[in-house]
Amino acid sequence: MSKIIASAAIRGAHKIVNDARQKWQQAMDKYGANEPIGFPNTAYYLPIIYGILGTPVAKLGDAEQVLKKCQAILPPMVKEIHPLPYLAPALDAGMATLFAEEIIEAIRYLEQPNFYTKQENTVGGNIWLGAADDIILRKRGIEFVDGTAPGFAAVLGAAPSAEIAARIAQELQQKNLYVFMSAEYNGKRFSEQLLEAGVQIGWPTRLVSFGPDVSATVFALGFAIRASFSFGGIGPGEYRKHLIYNKDRIFAFALPLGYVTDEWYANAAGAINFGFPVIADTPIPEVLPTGICTYEHVVSNIPHDQMVAKAVEVRGLKVSLAEVPIPVAFGAAFEGERIRGEDIYLECGGGRTQMVEWVTSKRMDEIEDGKVEVIGPEITDVTAGSRLPLAIVVEVAGREMQDDYEPILERQIHHLINYAQGVMHIGQRDIAWLRVGKQAVAKGFRLSHIGTLLHAKLHQDFGRIFDKMQVKLYTEGDKVAEMVEKARAAYGVRDARIEGMTDETTDMYYSCTLCQSFAPGHVCVISPERTGLCGSYNWMDCKAASEINPTGPNQPVAKGEVIDAHLGQWKGVNEFVTKASRGKIDHYNFYSVVNDPMTTCGCCECIAAILPLCNGIMTVNREYTEQTPSGMKFTTLAGTIGGGISTPGFVGHGKYNITQRKFLLGDGGLLRIVWMPKMLKEEIGDRFKARAEELGVPNLLDMVADETVGVSEEEILPFLQEKGHPALTMDAIIG
Amino acid sequence: MAEEKKQSIDQATIEMIEKAAKDGALTVFQRAETTRACPIGAEGSCCSICAMGPCRVMSPRGKEETAEDRRRRVGVCGATPETISARMFLRKIAAGTASHGDHGRTMAKFFLAVAKGEAPGYSIKDEQKLLQLALDLGVAIGERRNEEIAIDIAKLLLAEFGKQEGELLFLKRAPLKRQQLWRELGVAPRGIDIEVAEAMHRTHMGTDQEYHDLLDFGVKVALADGWGGSMIATEIQDVIFGTPAPLLSQINLGVLKEDEVNVIIHGHEPQLAEMMAVAAKDPELIKYAKAKGAKGINLAGMCCTANEMLMRHGVPIAGNFLQQELAVVTGAVEAMVVDVQCIMQGLVDTANCYHTKIITTDPRAKIQGATHMEFEEHHALESAKRILKLAIDNFVNRGKNVRIPKQKTDMIAGFSHETINYLMGGMFRASYRPLNDNIINGRIRGVAGVVGCNNPRTPHDAGNMDMVKELIKNDVLVLQTGCMAMASGKAGLMVPEAAAKYAGAGLASVCEAVGIPPVLHMGACIDNTRILIAATAMVKDGGLGDDISDLPVAGAAPEWMSEKALAIGQYFVGSGVFTVFGVNWPTSGNKEVSDYLFKEFEEKLGGMWAFEPDPIKAAHLMIAHIDKKRKALGIDKARERVLYDMAMRRDLGKVEA
Repeated sequence: MSKIIASAAIRGAHKIVNDARQKWQQAMDKYGANEPIGFPNTAYYLPIIYGILGTPVAKLGDAEQVLKKCQAILPPMVKEIHPLPYLAPALDAGMATLFAEEIIEAIRYLEQPNFYTKQENTVGGNIWLGAADDIILRKRGIEFVDGTAPGFAAVLGAAPSAEIAARIAQELQQKNLYVFMSAEYNGKRFSEQLLEAGVQIGWPTRLVSFGPDVSATVFALGFAIRASFSFGGIGPGEYRKHLIYNKDRIFAFALPLGYVTDEWYANAAGAINFGFPVIADTPIPEVLPTGICTYEHVVSNIPHDQMVAKAVEVRGLKVSLAEVPIPVAFGAAFEGERIRGEDIYLECGGGRTQMVEWVTSKRMDEIEDGKVEVIGPEITDVTAGSRLPLAIVVEVAGREMQDDYEPILERQIHHLINYAQGVMHIGQRDIAWLRVGKQAVAKGFRLSHIGTLLHAKLHQDFGRIFDKMQVKLYTEGDKVAEMVEKARAAYGVRDARIEGMTDETTDMYYSCTLCQSFAPGHVCVISPERTGLCGSYNWMDCKAASEINPTGPNQPVAKGEVIDAHLGQWKGVNEFVTKASRGKIDHYNFYSVVNDPMTTCGCCECIAAILPLCNGIMTVNREYTEQTPSGMKFTTLAGTIGGGISTPGFVGHGKYNITQRKFLLGDGGLLRIVWMPKMLKEEIGDRFKARAEELGVPNLLDMVADETVGVSEEEILPFLQEKGHPALTMDAIIG
Repeated sequence: MAEEKKQSIDQATIEMIEKAAKDGALTVFQRAETTRACPIGAEGSCCSICAMGPCRVMSPRGKEETAEDRRRRVGVCGATPETISARMFLRKIAAGTASHGDHGRTMAKFFLAVAKGEAPGYSIKDEQKLLQLALDLGVAIGERRNEEIAIDIAKLLLAEFGKQEGELLFLKRAPLKRQQLWRELGVAPRGIDIEVAEAMHRTHMGTDQEYHDLLDFGVKVALADGWGGSMIATEIQDVIFGTPAPLLSQINLGVLKEDEVNVIIHGHEPQLAEMMAVAAKDPELIKYAKAKGAKGINLAGMCCTANEMLMRHGVPIAGNFLQQELAVVTGAVEAMVVDVQCIMQGLVDTANCYHTKIITTDPRAKIQGATHMEFEEHHALESAKRILKLAIDNFVNRGKNVRIPKQKTDMIAGFSHETINYLMGGMFRASYRPLNDNIINGRIRGVAGVVGCNNPRTPHDAGNMDMVKELIKNDVLVLQTGCMAMASGKAGLMVPEAAAKYAGAGLASVCEAVGIPPVLHMGACIDNTRILIAATAMVKDGGLGDDISDLPVAGAAPEWMSEKALAIGQYFVGSGVFTVFGVNWPTSGNKEVSDYLFKEFEEKLGGMWAFEPDPIKAAHLMIAHIDKKRKALGIDKARERVLYDMAMRRDLGKVEA
């Protein structure tokens, strides 16, 4: 920390803490100490305060002790001549700044409940999103876990022009980074500049306009600390662990654009505590010696066209970018883009026309690698606003290729097409839906580029399992209809094969330690009848991933001798788990929530919990944000069980797993389920009914209570009794 | 002027030497001219242990010695020159260890008294450190009051002095590999006093007459100082008086005031000085001073008491060891209050030329001709007030022959191990990581401890300044204690601005980042244990090997004179640090003994002695050693920046495990 920076940061911290104290006092006068405060639908209270100080701030009055702590932490100003050491005091001042800003923002939520949109997207004229709620955190958090998003850039202020802003944003997006935006410079804000340049902002495009003021920077750091809570399993008040986790695992950095004020410096000092360096476009003093951050702390005066590259280097981040020879930008950050109404140039599928995607194996000599054919009209042959039927047929061949890999390759089509800027893709198989935007077409995007990008990316990611690949894109009605027929036949065969697989008849399971980049102690083991709790990985995916990368996070696990067939415990699995969790966990059961359930990282789609009064089990999906009969919301449940621990009574699982035959078999199976959110009942209804029929209780789903019945055990019990739910007559769930 | 230049590089000192000459006052500078060093004793070739001697066994100068000559060059008892040299060396180490040990013992007893509430006016100031100490020593904390915990700790530490078997408790603080080595070599001290006593026994006529064995035992005795007596003293002082934290103060004779009652506290143990600081603020006494015509009471420190007062209270320092008589020569000092160690008897004679009262306060250290006013810790404040009153009463006796030099320099002190840990990352990220990181990346080449005394046989403060400047110029961060810290303070090296002015670009950039001077004041000579703890913290933080001897560090005492300095040097060597001494070398008359200390020790201990009176050359010996260690660690070359992808992040846990 140079003296100038430390002095400014400490001055800024004093101003921000003062501001917080005044705002808090006014709010106290107006609302009183018992007024609840917080960031809507988030666990961990005000997360930085809770993570670092361990103080839960749930009411306005709780903030008092935090403000006192800020006051105690705030160092005196740095003297001009013979200053006392200032790095440590400035870092402390930075933390006090963040605590104060959380209080300022919490008071804003209280005073102006609709200041932020509180969702993923901008709403009407309101572009300020505010703190990421827990649904966003978990959904996006997984991308941080699996590497789809390596980190984030916190952008403060504004670029000299909207064009430069758009360029910087696109460069960050192409590196798959999230962009968290706050503060203004010269009356402009980066997020507003992006809108001006016609760039879509919001969580789906990774361009997150947190808020207009510098205090909104605290949402970026709050996001980081919630990652260490939910994925790192780090507890409240474990400040050192939180900060080191972030230094080691969250690859974030700050890009202040424009004049760096005292308040910005104060936030930068806070960020440096997390190991997040600062890369500025102005000639502020540099801090090059390392130690708090992995490399330099402050690097300055970087030209705009070099900022992103410099930032990535300073943070010590390696981003391997796919070379995809298409005329539009390509990357995960463009996955969430929407193309609407008048922006559409071409639309296929989505009920308007027929569309299908199908990957099929061929003999080696039948394929010319890299060949892309468009059979029928190209984009250039139709006018803006047209519709065409479309069949995307990917033909692969290779010595290692197996039929089982076809659906895995096929599943990539959705996100890979979405990665292209200006192209939107929804669905899969014969319910796919494609929109190509006018901007993309103007840049030269053609249907053939779908083939080009699939060839490039599938070769890059799955090159080990096939050698050659060609793509055919049919856009003529009869041809497409023919392909749909062929594809449907193939889907039928595939589904029957998967459906027939059981845990008993499979000797080799697969581990998944993908999350260990974030949840160091957690080990999933995935069997055919227990899909990954994140919903992203089934047994077949893991098998393929293991073949593709034999030393990667998916390893074959010989299940070995059966220890308990009913609960789902095997000797080989236990041995593997002991080793892979570094001794943290030495055994767990696949099919039970009651007895030593499998561990859970922060990524689970659903959490099941015992309801002792109802003698049953409830499960809740992460999109459901309200209270549940367990007495906890999803976020609280996730906070209780995340981080790679086995918590009897609670277990994380995937949605699909609910209707698999081994689901909680050790505890009585699907018949134990007494409560699910309505949205989940609707989402998995068809499969649920099919499974219930197998179990001889065809109307089981109607017996399962949801929030319309009640959100406490007392409320739902009479309903279950009235319906004669089978769980009520089963053995006592807690023996 | 040419003559004085050789005596000191400090302008205030030079002026006062002149004044002393004019006033007819005698000082150490003048005595060093008239009393020549005994050449036989200086090189360690005189054995005065029994009454059959003293025996002189000097090697012949300027001619070859035949085997027969060599055979006959022994003491009356047949003791070889090696035995005699090693024996005298060991005795000096034992004396140094005894001195620090006695200081530590006093503190342990005092601590017990404070904990029991028997020393009114004192309390436990640093709870954090108390609890840390309890954890280190395995003392139960539970729901107990601080005082109860402190009683247990005090008893445990007091027992260390008389312990007969086992190992000193603080050895466990050292890196594991070092502890193991000590055990293998049989040099892990059992207790403190027992090792001193055994050293005296071994060196008695006709006992241990194997020089390797004597010198190895010297390691054991010295470790009983560094990881024993001294460490106990520092730890307890921090608990009772507070762990030092950075503060700004001033140094040199210019801190004395024309119009106030000047009282100098001189010596080593801080409990009296602490209470003097309290008493000096007493409104009654200040009123009393004003009644006597003074504007107030000005307390200033000298020697290591000064360092203690500076580190904890910002009390300015009047000067270092060789300036003690010169403070009196100003004619402006009403009283010099002394306790133990490094108090020159010459003070009394100097004081006779002026009005200054020399007041001894410790029953172990009385001086003929001085006023003895025993300091009683059970009535500490009254003792302090009584002494101050005497000083105030003496103000009216101040003569006209007063000249206070203008020189005083700003300095920042207070760099304890705990503080350095905090300074490198703040309260939430405190660690030695940035220090290690910047050593690994080469911005900091290494770390040097430059410590010890002044010695009139070498120009005052010059050895220190030349060495320290050379080190920092070469990007070596310098840690200092004792009178050498004061020399750097006077030379303006202990302010952050000194980094840009004197340090190499790498070190300067780190100093600028952290806001520290390139030369850190870590306390009194007893506080050299802070450097041991800092070195251990560097090892534990990782990346720089797994023992102190792997670190790119070195130690030096360019102007040493006391037996304590030898004990300190030996415990650094025994802890794995290359240590170079200036001025003269007590075994210089014997090649075998010197070779053992300078060369063979390195193979055994990883650390070894060196002797080099030229401070610049000595600095380069240290730098060469640092470079050797950097090479062994593989950090002598620039490293590629590591960029992390997801797979590497996933593997992080495996590295940690």
